[in-house]
Amino acid sequence: MKKSIVVFALCMFLAASGSAIAKDWKKVRVGVEGAYPPFSYVQPDGELAGFDIDIARALVAAMGADVTLVAQDWDGMIPALMAKKYDAIIASMSITDERKKKVSFSKKYYRTPAKFIAKKGSVSDFSKGTMKGKTIGVQRATIHDQYLTDVYGKDVNIKRYGSLDEAYLDLIVGRVDMLLADSVALLDGFLKKDDGKDYEFVGPDLNDRKWFGDGLGIAIRKQDKDLEELFNKAIETIRANGVYKAIQDKYFDFDVYGD
Amino acid sequence: MDFSIITSNIDVYLEGMKNTLILVSISLVIGLLLAVPLAVLRVVGNSFVQIPIRIFVYFFRGTPLLVQMFLVYYGLGQFDFIRESFVWPLFKEAYFCALLTFSLNTCAYTVEILRGSMVATPHGEVEAATAAGMSKFLMLRRIILPSAFRRALPAYSNEIIFMLHGSALASVITIVDITGAARIINSRYYSPYEAFITAALFYMAITFTLVFLIRQLEKKWHAHLQPENQSVVKIEAPHENITG
Repeated sequence: MKKSIVVFALCMFLAASGSAIAKDWKKVRVGVEGAYPPFSYVQPDGELAGFDIDIARALVAAMGADVTLVAQDWDGMIPALMAKKYDAIIASMSITDERKKKVSFSKKYYRTPAKFIAKKGSVSDFSKGTMKGKTIGVQRATIHDQYLTDVYGKDVNIKRYGSLDEAYLDLIVGRVDMLLADSVALLDGFLKKDDGKDYEFVGPDLNDRKWFGDGLGIAIRKQDKDLEELFNKAIETIRANGVYKAIQDKYFDFDVYGD
Repeated sequence: MDFSIITSNIDVYLEGMKNTLILVSISLVIGLLLAVPLAVLRVVGNSFVQIPIRIFVYFFRGTPLLVQMFLVYYGLGQFDFIRESFVWPLFKEAYFCALLTFSLNTCAYTVEILRGSMVATPHGEVEAATAAGMSKFLMLRRIILPSAFRRALPAYSNEIIFMLHGSALASVITIVDITGAARIINSRYYSPYEAFITAALFYMAITFTLVFLIRQLEKKWHAHLQPENQSVVKIEAPHENITG
């Protein structure tokens, strides 16, 4: 009995390490978040869905490979990629210099600005002075977190959440005055829903390159240059053959690719 | 391995340590102050008093601390009547929610620890007190509780350390404790090893200090169990030393 367990474990180990060595990318494991509607969420039946999920499936299909989706909490996203829990991250991750120190990125696959939201009528004049003393919610380990910390860090009280869903709960009950996040995520994940009907965007579109990077890309381990190339080609393929537009039209009534 | 990110952000950890220490110490004090009368009532009270205490203890020992905290923090905010009531300004604060949950949780465990050691009071001590004509209250105050506290100390010291480690959950409701600090540093630099090993060292330092302090207290409280002259006893009758 014991022996068979050891043999089984050994086989599993060899199978796992074998596929890691082969690197022909017939199978690609993609890390996704699953708590970031409309880009990535879990449907009532437990299936993953959303723009990121459809893009992940389309890109890997365009490479002629099989996809396995792995759901992972946001703040462990990059560590899990480094630990080879999956081979790529397709989770609306912005391409930033800080992240490039750890991983490499494909070309962008979409780009949307960041914005603040607040209760309707609660913020009329949007300037640094009026922000003072406010409590602002943000998702931990995001570019929005970094922006808030750098620009408003000393003047406002920042509350960091594991996912935007938790931040919405605290905005509704009044524990935070404002949230900062991606405008599309806020629009479809909250403002368009019943809970979000009393809230609105405030302030300008934020897309300063220093914090918000070059759009959102697919993160890959630095040594997997070949996979990065495959993803870049796949992005071009689905942009050209209309698959990208079909997915985009399923979720949005505007162009998310940006210029 | 790059520990310069830790040294240049040590203030985040110190702030976190401050929050951890405040949360844990206040919760432990409130928990203990509530637990003593509850444990007494649990032992001497009639079943009308006992049943609610049993339910309270059963609930808080029967569910994970994380679930309790989500119930208090996110769960209660869901009800309009709580959001419109006078207690909402308190429940609005993550700090208060954490304090409340931690206090009640540690209280439930402490009630059981104290109950156990009160029930285990040697019968001779109770008999002697009765023979001396002590009233029930006086007996409780002079004999049963002091003796129970002594017996409860080793188990309670475990509870203190569990509470310290359980407090790491405060970071999931936006409080920056030691774990929260580590999560901020990890998310800023994507260096989980450096960020969390530093948190581990902070927790270990606090635990070590606590263990040291409790040992001093045990020496004092259990002095009557120590042989008067240890060196002599060690040579002549080492087997008698087992209770020390």
